[in-house]
Amino acid sequence: MQSVFNIIFSPDFFYDVLRVTTPILFATLAATVASRSGIFNIALEGIMLIAALVGVIFSAYFSSAWLGLLFALISGGLVGLFLGFLVLKLKTDAILAGIAINLMAAGGTIFLLYIISGDRGVSSSIKSLVLPKFPLPVIKNIPIIGTILSMQNILTYVVLLSVIVIHILLYKTPLGLKIRAVGENPNAAESVGINVHKIQYIAVTISGILAAFGGAFLSMGYLSMFSNGMTAGRGFIGLAADAMGGSTPIGALLVSLLFGIADSMGNVIQTGIKIPYEIVQMLPYITTIVGLAIFSYSKKKQIEKLKSK
Amino acid sequence: MSDIILEMKDILKIYPNGIVANEHINLSLKKGEIHALLGENGAGKSTLMKVLFGIEIPEEGEIILKGKRVYIKSPHEAIANGIGMVHQHFMLVPSLTAAENIILGVEPRKFGLFTNMEKAIEVADNIAKMYNFDIDVRAKVETLPVGIKQKVEILKALYRGAEILILDEPTAVLTPQETEELFIQLNKLKEKGHTIIFISHKLDEIKLICDRLTIMRNGKNKGTYKTEDVTTEEISRLMVGRDVFLEFDKEKANPKKTVLKVRDVSVKNKLGNLKVNNISFDIREGEILGIAGVEGNGQNELVDILTGLNENYTGNVLIFNKEAKELGIKGIRDLKVSHIPEDRMTYGCAKDMDILQNVFSNQYGDEKYSSKYLLKSKAMETRAEELIDEFLIKCNSFKQSVGMLSGGNIQKVVVAREFSVGPKIIVANQPTRGIDVGAAEFIRKKIIEFRDQGCAVLLVSADLNEVFELSDRLAVMYKGEFSGVFTNVEELTEEELGKYMLGLKKDEKLEGIIYE
Ligand SMILES: Nc1ncnc2c1ncn2[C@@H]1O[C@H](COP(=O)(O)OP(=O)(O)OP(=O)(O)O)[C@@H](O)[C@H]1O
Ligand SMILES: [Mg+2]
Repeated sequence: MQSVFNIIFSPDFFYDVLRVTTPILFATLAATVASRSGIFNIALEGIMLIAALVGVIFSAYFSSAWLGLLFALISGGLVGLFLGFLVLKLKTDAILAGIAINLMAAGGTIFLLYIISGDRGVSSSIKSLVLPKFPLPVIKNIPIIGTILSMQNILTYVVLLSVIVIHILLYKTPLGLKIRAVGENPNAAESVGINVHKIQYIAVTISGILAAFGGAFLSMGYLSMFSNGMTAGRGFIGLAADAMGGSTPIGALLVSLLFGIADSMGNVIQTGIKIPYEIVQMLPYITTIVGLAIFSYSKKKQIEKLKSK
Repeated sequence: MSDIILEMKDILKIYPNGIVANEHINLSLKKGEIHALLGENGAGKSTLMKVLFGIEIPEEGEIILKGKRVYIKSPHEAIANGIGMVHQHFMLVPSLTAAENIILGVEPRKFGLFTNMEKAIEVADNIAKMYNFDIDVRAKVETLPVGIKQKVEILKALYRGAEILILDEPTAVLTPQETEELFIQLNKLKEKGHTIIFISHKLDEIKLICDRLTIMRNGKNKGTYKTEDVTTEEISRLMVGRDVFLEFDKEKANPKKTVLKVRDVSVKNKLGNLKVNNISFDIREGEILGIAGVEGNGQNELVDILTGLNENYTGNVLIFNKEAKELGIKGIRDLKVSHIPEDRMTYGCAKDMDILQNVFSNQYGDEKYSSKYLLKSKAMETRAEELIDEFLIKCNSFKQSVGMLSGGNIQKVVVAREFSVGPKIIVANQPTRGIDVGAAEFIRKKIIEFRDQGCAVLLVSADLNEVFELSDRLAVMYKGEFSGVFTNVEELTEEELGKYMLGLKKDEKLEGIIYE
């Protein structure tokens, strides 16, 4: 028990938290951008999975992790656009379209993996590459903070930067203003001459690209290969985190960190205490449910308090 | 005729539910005129304007702008053609500020990429000042009362500098002073050569400001006239198809015991500003207490308190001698307190549900319409049909969703629901907002009928005629307080009332507001 405690308060633990948070945060930001434009992007899970595989395949094909990433992002953007097409052009229900994309991704990635590598489970036979880890100049020399922040995967820095970028996008740019207006009252947006569908297409594409970053991180950073179903519900956790964070980038960061901590904790406990593996594996999902429950309870209390004052 | 700037020819608009809202309508506008569009609720005025603004696509017909045929298939194209519109039901984004709403779609930028928020606020502020509208442009729209929202909506259109400006009932919630201010601005626009289409149910406004008018009835054009060539009576007749009598006699009130007692009530808004300041009053059975005042002087906050929507106040509200806070909204309604909310779209109705569901939303529990587990649909349907007939709600059937009714008819649905429970107290906030003359008189008569049966009525209205016509007592609200109370309304002049409304006059002692 003592050892678990020690591990949790070590810089290494927080290093791990950031690492684990990365894909969740990408998913959450992706959810934020889409839901702000009025489209509930439940396809995040599938997009991440597709991007994870595409990254592996193209990094091997071009022998370049960067080109692998690029193609992963393109695939994510395209699937996002496809979701937009289903919802906006063909008027499909966003939830149904999202579920369809997720199912297609789950099956399709296994199929593709099998065709290319002859293996149904993992891509270990493909010589894929990983994205580099990156020492932060100056910061790396600061004790503790250096250990936590430096030498993270490049995408971990990208995701932290994305929080700022998405915040600026939503609150400081005309596009963001339009996205928020479209999501909240499309009629009002249309009445001032905004092309509502165009804005929503842009938003789901951005959302797809963000999710793809998360997927690529999983197979080209977190692990160095693709394995079937490797997203393990992170897309859905992202949706929950988005709701809890109030659909704001800063909220997304905070809530994702919370999930990241839960996830890392799971890893630590697993090594420290004798609890069945399966239960430990449940930790992130339990955190999600508990988190959502606490969130809605406190909201309710807040409303009651306002009323009774 | 070269001074014709816009022609709508043979416009046919059939909604998907089969309603023919515009039946081969022709309309032509002269450059630089203010042209009124008149007609009963559901006549098709808003629809015709939506066609012009590209929100609705007509089945047939053409639009000719400055001699050239144009195809307007979206608001974007309308705006590009120099057409602007102030919508009957506001097109605002609640969580954005007034300034953001005003500049939405035409944002000032900095460094090419970012919104220049300082500039936006400045621009919005300037245009508000220019039109003498007192608005805090930094406030989120969702926190603003309807009157201010209306002004934001107007500014939004003016800011875009439309050559042809459509105003769909812009004055429905404005006070006379604000309307006057707006008219000054509209006349200025007219002098600059802008063309304005003005929709209103208030005939005196139309007489005052419009050059010509077009009357619509049942989706058809009943003729265009020069304003000076027709009298108000003739206009009414053309609109309704028969003579309308606008006057009726009201007996003197015969008030009995006090049923609503308000004592030392104060409330602050979210920002901590005092909106209602230590107000006390009584209302007795069988009387109508009118509250006049410029919008935003605490009337809405007061109504929210009386109806249980806001429990965040100090002081006491006693409804039939029971503390309102303890009753809660349901408890208050169970005492047969009816509430006609000011904002019909937010609080008044569920717009995607049908008329039947809406008129019963406050009485699903009533055993006339519900057994222990199941609703009695037959009884409900019969009653819904009765209400539709009684309140002259123009619709296909009770299955039509409320969002598809015309603005005035939505208001009628709300009023029908609130009146149908056999109210003992009615809190009516702008009850005839956007309702045509005939139907408005009907509702006013109803209110007086209820009064004569012993109902207590609190009436808040921006329509001074209405306040004068209905009130047995009249209180003026200014900055959260009563600045004056009048027990003999007949002797009060509009001018005198105006002074109290603007805070130029204030009585220290209020006589006749409390009975004890
Ligand atoms: N979206 C819609 N779908 C179906 N029917 C509609 C829709 N909007 C309006 N209508 C119908 O079209 C007719 C004309 O409505 P419109 O809103 O043009 O009336 P209006 O003259 O503006 O009335 P008001 O004075 O009450 O605003 C009404 O009978 C209404 O029920
Ligand atoms: Mg209308």
